[in-house]
Amino acid sequence: MAPHDLRRPFKRAAISDQQRRRELSLLRQSQNRRDAQQQARCLASSILSLNSQNPEAEIEQNDGEFETSSETDRESVTPSKDLDVRQASKLKGAEARKWFARQLMVPEWMIDVPNSLSQDWYVFARPAGKRCFVVSSNGTTVSRQRNGSILHHFPSALPAGARTRNASGTGQSYCILDCIFHEADQTYYVIDMVCWNGYSLYDCTSEFRFYWLNSKLEESGACSPPSHYHRFRFCPIPVYPCDQNGLWTAYTGEMPYVKDGLLFYNKHAHYQTGNTPLVLVWKDENCSQYVIDTDSQGQIPSQQQVVLELQNDGKLATSDDPPVVFGCLDRDFIEKTGLHPGILLRFAVSDGGLSFVDGKLENADLNYLGKANRARAFADSYSKVLFQYTVRHSPLKIDELLAAINSSKDQEDKPRDVEMAG
Amino acid sequence: MAMEVTQILLNAQSIDSSVRKQAEENIKQFQEQNLPAFLVSLAGELANNDKPVESRKLAGLILKNALDAKEQHRKFELVQRWLTLDASAKAQIKAFLLQTLSSTAHDARSTASQVIAKVAGIDLPNKQWPELLGVLLSNIHQLPAHTKQATLETLGYICEEVSPDVVEQDHVNKILTAVVQGMNSSEANNDVRLAATRALCNALGFAQLNFSNDMERDYIMRVVCEATLSPDLKIRQAAFECLVAISSTYYEKLAPYMKDIFNITAKAVKEDEEPVALQAIEFWSSICDEEIDILEEYGGDFSGDSDIPCFYFIKQALPVLVPMLLETLLKQEEDQDQDEGVWNIAMAGGTCLGLVARTVGDDIVPLVMPFIEENITKPDWRQREAATYAFGSILEGPSPDKLIPVVNTALNFMLNALLKDPNNHVKDTTAWTLGRMFEFLHGSALDTPIITPENCQRIVTVLLQSMKDVPNVAEKACGALYFLAQGYEDGGSSSSSLASFFKEIIQTLLTVTHRQDAGESRLRTAAYETINEVVRCSTDETAPMVMELVPHIMMELHQTLEGQRLSSDEREKQNELQGLLCGCLMVIIQKLGSSEQTKFVFMQFADQMMSLFLRVFASPSATAHEEAMLAIGALAYATGSDFIKYMQEFYRYLEMGLQNFEDYQVCAITVGVVGDLCRALEDKILPYCDGIMTQLLKNLSSNQLHRSVKPPIFSCFGDIALAIGEYFEKYLVYAMPMLQGAAELSVHITGADDDMTEYTNSLRNGILEAYSGIFQGFKGSPKTQLLMPYAPHILRFLDSLYMEKDMDEAVTKTAIGVLGDLADTLGTSAGPLLQQSVSSKEFLMECLSSDDPLVKESAEWSKLAISQATSF
Repeated sequence: MAPHDLRRPFKRAAISDQQRRRELSLLRQSQNRRDAQQQARCLASSILSLNSQNPEAEIEQNDGEFETSSETDRESVTPSKDLDVRQASKLKGAEARKWFARQLMVPEWMIDVPNSLSQDWYVFARPAGKRCFVVSSNGTTVSRQRNGSILHHFPSALPAGARTRNASGTGQSYCILDCIFHEADQTYYVIDMVCWNGYSLYDCTSEFRFYWLNSKLEESGACSPPSHYHRFRFCPIPVYPCDQNGLWTAYTGEMPYVKDGLLFYNKHAHYQTGNTPLVLVWKDENCSQYVIDTDSQGQIPSQQQVVLELQNDGKLATSDDPPVVFGCLDRDFIEKTGLHPGILLRFAVSDGGLSFVDGKLENADLNYLGKANRARAFADSYSKVLFQYTVRHSPLKIDELLAAINSSKDQEDKPRDVEMAG
Repeated sequence: MAMEVTQILLNAQSIDSSVRKQAEENIKQFQEQNLPAFLVSLAGELANNDKPVESRKLAGLILKNALDAKEQHRKFELVQRWLTLDASAKAQIKAFLLQTLSSTAHDARSTASQVIAKVAGIDLPNKQWPELLGVLLSNIHQLPAHTKQATLETLGYICEEVSPDVVEQDHVNKILTAVVQGMNSSEANNDVRLAATRALCNALGFAQLNFSNDMERDYIMRVVCEATLSPDLKIRQAAFECLVAISSTYYEKLAPYMKDIFNITAKAVKEDEEPVALQAIEFWSSICDEEIDILEEYGGDFSGDSDIPCFYFIKQALPVLVPMLLETLLKQEEDQDQDEGVWNIAMAGGTCLGLVARTVGDDIVPLVMPFIEENITKPDWRQREAATYAFGSILEGPSPDKLIPVVNTALNFMLNALLKDPNNHVKDTTAWTLGRMFEFLHGSALDTPIITPENCQRIVTVLLQSMKDVPNVAEKACGALYFLAQGYEDGGSSSSSLASFFKEIIQTLLTVTHRQDAGESRLRTAAYETINEVVRCSTDETAPMVMELVPHIMMELHQTLEGQRLSSDEREKQNELQGLLCGCLMVIIQKLGSSEQTKFVFMQFADQMMSLFLRVFASPSATAHEEAMLAIGALAYATGSDFIKYMQEFYRYLEMGLQNFEDYQVCAITVGVVGDLCRALEDKILPYCDGIMTQLLKNLSSNQLHRSVKPPIFSCFGDIALAIGEYFEKYLVYAMPMLQGAAELSVHITGADDDMTEYTNSLRNGILEAYSGIFQGFKGSPKTQLLMPYAPHILRFLDSLYMEKDMDEAVTKTAIGVLGDLADTLGTSAGPLLQQSVSSKEFLMECLSSDDPLVKESAEWSKLAISQATSF
């Protein structure tokens, strides 16, 4: 029971460098272990999501599940989940463009108001700018526009986005972000997160993806001002639940960027490549400079223009899945002009306009203008044509959206069932 | 026989080594021939007042060593041996021991006290010797002083030896009563009072109930405080030691006594002799420790229901406490910086001041600044040093907003002082203070930098200049540069600030490592550590210069390996140097290996480097082995599958490392390197797996290996399985039962202390990582069904972990991941099992809504896998 030693460390750093070396090694090892484990799981999850635990089941499941989406290029899109992105990043030129063009989720235009906006939907103001896909991998970051062309090739603070001393050299890590590049402040506004640090978010709900986006992006340092290893700033977007307040804030609130309409995301929707009715875009003059489509000179043409794809049988179709047919070119015309199936053609909607029966397109008065711009990758979607049409005739107004939220709120308040008491 | 024992014991202490050896041999023989008789005769020797005190003491010592050992496994053996020893022999031994307590020979009594405590340490938890405490406590008041002293001492040792839960409250009450009465000022005999005071210090842990009772606590506190005023120095010192122990054990009960304690400690710090004053300062340091812990646990969330509230004793005492501590700073000893073992009042006071700053933050600054301003320019070096030390002490704790203006004013003054002050002590403290400025107020996290491109050059120049100073000052300058570099760690573009000095810095540091006196004040170590940090925090633009460093460090390492004849002293220094050089190479490997371009160039050195590392294993130094092993792990990671070319040569050292139980750190690091190898080589590691697995399994079954190595061994199973996939099949029959056994043990945390909880969680984590690796390794192979028989147990294990509700986040994350891995690999055949398990429902749901994104991430994965496995 001699007196205890009282000495405390004096003028010493709290940790020795040797201890630090040990700990850094352990940290590296456990991160590598996690990476290895994650990689094993990633492989598995891509296989799982195809239901291919055994080959026969795969075929059966495919038959059942993808019945409605049997178009040829859809099939090539579906398996192109996270794993293929890195392979695809090695693609060059036209092939790469074609591949990447199909990776974005494309919103439909809001032509009527979905039920339960306030419960199941988010809303945010879309920044004006170029929609693009940002992929960081192997120490570099590439942004590609909707038509697949490269916008920037740059270092970023995204995981695996630059060659810095912190980058783990595994090459397994990569990110895919859905962004809009806003010229004025040279910022990538991130509207969705598809993969983060090797972890695929395709099969997660948008609720989860937005949560993940907000926490991870900030952590990574990608929101910091530009620097040598981080050429462009990234910025998450304020997302609101689509109740009256949220909608009003998104519509009227100050944003750091120029607005171009509102985007609505269904909370339960997974990230689905191509057109989806679970994400909607809506615009009016108050929240967008580009409500009505302009021509290549930036002028609003006197008549609405649409881009449609010429099909084998001469039919003119939208980019929807399944496509909506707007009309038909006659054989003579096709032969005379030498148009081949698959080409995108521009038409004006003439005075006859569009007519509907039971909400379905019955007749379209179209006037052939010529071939569409070469940079176009897709025909217009049905919802776009319709939105553009209504904008010119009887636009869907913000008041109607707010009213829809109100009425669904009223319904919520009503008791759903009457309890039977005998 | 008895006479013979005495003589042997005396011979064993002879200065003649041959006599001594013979005696030791005799003792060994006697012990082996008849252990009970041997132990009884030792106890008899100790008890016999007619024997010389030397033989009695040694007898007691051998007896004590027959009951306890440092090494865990040896201790376990000794305990088992005592428990199974012949009962009548034990009874005789105990009687002899108790009898010795009344011996007039102090040394014999004291030895017996310690032996009794060792026996109690084994017997009491096993419900043996139940009458011991009763015997010691009965009529303690009537005992003659020397016996009373020995009895109190024995009680103190027993309290040190056994845990409170094996002593019933009735006995606790009686022990405390006896001890506190023995401490009371009415006790005339100082030896008794001292023994009682020291005993109280050990018995405090037993007094939970008594400290909850106001009257009893008041009484104990009064007696302790009175004892701090005793005329006997040792009693005062022991009494303050009790106060220190009380401050950490019963912090929440102290409020009513703090005013008195402040007065007592202030008086002791001012007037009393150093051993007492040091304890008095330690009381306040210990209160700081408590409050820092409590405030850290609050984590700024004051509504949170922390068990113990913060009473802000330090904040309240601040106006009187700070001046008291500042005064101690002026009591420095000459040359205290050159002596490792020194601990004096100035050092204790300064350390306490630093803790106070961490406890109260901003409030301390205005109280210390006048002292600094008043003294920092005084002609007396003591005043300048005290002022500088005070400044350095308060740099951790207060907010940057508060400190940065002060530091900006002081920085230039400090740089001048470091170059020009005539006193080494002042320069030492100045360099240390600069290091603290950089450590706490420099880095990318701070808004207003204290270091700008303008002053950076001057700072670097001064620090490099200072590295030519005497060793202790140079060592502090290295430390300051270490933290200067560290501040640029995550700097992005600003990180190039040191780049323009990079070459000069490295050259100066290398020169320091070659100084003749670099062995003093750990200067050489500090210089290499600083090189490491400068390299770690360097940017791409200096990568070519880091590359140039590689052949240089390799040459140095090569030179240490050349076979000169060295004295053992020189050899030891050489080994230390090898460790430092391997450490430095490891840092460089990680740096240059982390980017593809530099890695490509760097790999030209890999062969040479590897052969140097392998030669280091010929040295006997564990530290050097550890560093070489760490470096090899980093090299394997950087090299990837090409590392296979070194495996044949490296393998035997790997095996040696795995067998090094004695230096368990080496063993642990080697286990980690096996993981690196698995990830680098993947299935190419297969030919070495038989050897590795055999050794790992042996290690797990050994009770000689430090327990901390076992969890990483389990994780390593997972690494191996993930690397070799279905080839792990042949190890399943060995590995799975081990995992199963360990899993069962780890479900319940035994012993409530934090260490045990942490260990149990790391064990669980290791087991779960093994399962994850095994499942993922077998994934997609035709042999997955081999894992099916283990699935029920694994799911039960997960269920029990979930039910116990004491997993930490890391274990939760791994556990929920295993659930997914099991479902993923076994598929629908595990469906029914999964549906029965709690884990796949409640546990999964809980994890899906976890706040921890990593837990949630793993849970999302599991959900996906389970939904596939359970869809028919």
